[in-house]
Amino acid sequence: MAAMATSREPLDTEQKERRAEILDLPVTASRELVPFPRSTDEDDHDLDTLDAVRRSDVDAWGRSESLRELTRTLYEPLYKYWFRVEWEGFEHVPRDGGALLVSNHAGAIPSDAPAIMHGIERDLGRPVYGLAEYLFRRMPIVGTLWSRVGGVTANPDNAYRLLHDDRQLALVFPEGAKGTGKLYQDRYQLARFGRGGFIEIAMRAGVPIVPIAVVGAEESMPIVWKSRRLARLTGIPYFPITANMLAFGPLGLVAYLPAKFRIRVLPPIWFDEEPDQERYSRSRVMDGAERIRRQIQDALYDMLRTRKSVWFG
Amino acid sequence: MRVLVTGLSTFWGGRLAQALEARPDIDVIVGLDTREPRVPLERTEFVRADTSYSILQRIVQATQVDTVLHTHLVVDSTRVSGRSLHEINVIGTMNLLAAAGMPGSPVRSVIVKSSGLVYGANSTDPYFFREEASRTTAPRTNVERSLVEVDAFLRDFASDNPHISVTLLRFANVLGDDLETPVSQALRLPVVPEILGFDPRVQFVHEDDVVGALMYATTHEVPGVFNVAADGTIPWSEVCTIVGKRRIAMPPVLTNIAAEPLRLLRIVNLPPELLDLLRFGRGLDNRHYKQAGFRYRYTTAGTVEAFAQGLRLENTIGVKAPSYRYEREVEDFFRHSPAVVRHD
Repeated sequence: MAAMATSREPLDTEQKERRAEILDLPVTASRELVPFPRSTDEDDHDLDTLDAVRRSDVDAWGRSESLRELTRTLYEPLYKYWFRVEWEGFEHVPRDGGALLVSNHAGAIPSDAPAIMHGIERDLGRPVYGLAEYLFRRMPIVGTLWSRVGGVTANPDNAYRLLHDDRQLALVFPEGAKGTGKLYQDRYQLARFGRGGFIEIAMRAGVPIVPIAVVGAEESMPIVWKSRRLARLTGIPYFPITANMLAFGPLGLVAYLPAKFRIRVLPPIWFDEEPDQERYSRSRVMDGAERIRRQIQDALYDMLRTRKSVWFG
Repeated sequence: MRVLVTGLSTFWGGRLAQALEARPDIDVIVGLDTREPRVPLERTEFVRADTSYSILQRIVQATQVDTVLHTHLVVDSTRVSGRSLHEINVIGTMNLLAAAGMPGSPVRSVIVKSSGLVYGANSTDPYFFREEASRTTAPRTNVERSLVEVDAFLRDFASDNPHISVTLLRFANVLGDDLETPVSQALRLPVVPEILGFDPRVQFVHEDDVVGALMYATTHEVPGVFNVAADGTIPWSEVCTIVGKRRIAMPPVLTNIAAEPLRLLRIVNLPPELLDLLRFGRGLDNRHYKQAGFRYRYTTAGTVEAFAQGLRLENTIGVKAPSYRYEREVEDFFRHSPAVVRHD
């Protein structure tokens, strides 16, 4: 099927003529999904619109702007008065176009993702899609809610389509569960940045990476002990006992400690690589991953040097 | 053009034969099936034949067809047993391709109607499958396995016969006024089943767009693999809302066992591949076929709305039983008797 595999080529004139002659049929009326900037690519414009017959505002990624808005309303007090989130370098978050936001990850049930997504959506008015593990998609109820508030599984095809075709912001935590599952004694020590898959996606999609350093999430739900056996039994990546649970019992599962959040956005990094290549040199990918890890780590040390109190910043 | 349509007595074979008859540039339409056609046809020649290689070879040779339209792939596993599903999909396609690719074969174009089932539905899937994407897990059900095998046959066939244009169309779940599928049955129920805690993104394609897509491939040479699915994916809950139905939750664990009584009581038959869909959903990237020039009439939500309208009409006027019965002598008379005045 050699011809079949390589047929994603531009149309020649003959094909264009054929295209013109077919099916002159009415198209169902449609309107824009959400007032956020959308793809300008001619060929996929239909995908980003909704029909008049639609009854919900759930988009192609499962995200619902109305549910997101409700979440923002509910989360705002927590953001403002509990974590007292402060941003530095917010101007580095792109106003338009695709970009991959890369951040450190911490807290048994991570509190950094909601804070970053909330801040950007509130102040920039553009959606942020949070890339996360496949695990969420398998969970009843939680998985559906996670998807409605902007969670997307971190499949490379998803990331590429979000960044390149839909020109959206995607947030990724390359440490994954290694970051959130680390003990309190290892706080602010970045774990391995995966296999650099996120770098490759950014290169392929031709979008910049925006490194983000978050201080505070570590102390909002610190893990004091982990049970490997219970993790294996329940099938979750790690089974933590947190300081919150010791203090509040089962309520500690949802109650964060009021650590002061500081979020520093570093200048976007563009890669000097041609987009849409078949593959990228492993050494360049690993180089890029290490460079970004280093930058975030340095920013964290810098922020911790000037932090006088965990609770007051 | 001389076209061979497989599965003439199936829903799709009948629809395609009717669509082909409407086009004057199609000179000859030969329809193949083991059973008699169920829709009235004007000039399609029906051949009652099984899917064995020798008879197919003779038919291809004798009729000198240049285009084979293979609609006879079973994608609804509730219709036939696992055994005959394998016979029809795997053995039937194998023999058909062998006949089409024999030395001196007049066939120049093969179009196959397959399904998005080849991608499966799983938590590790991309939200939109591109044509070159492969499944993320091994196929679990008979129908998925057989369609994946057909895919491989076609890949081999295309590379063995570079002079033949091979078009493989993978369709999303089809909805329409006339087609009966497990999904349409489920949506006809007073309360529609869902899996507790899951509200997957689903995508449909309207039955008219299915016919349109196959006709487009027949009349335009578009070699390649293409997804055919309407624009947009919408949550299952919204599908039910548009159709105007309430939902009833099935347990998220042991869902197969929970679906069994529904099957036994003949309420609705939800095969495993559909339960996967109700859990994880499936999206197909449809841009490739659009780039090849095809235009859809319906979006996914529009497809569901059209289905809902058909359902409302049906609830008012009832279902009309098809009145047509195939009579060999009558059909032969109209096609071949010298007494009939023909205008061509």
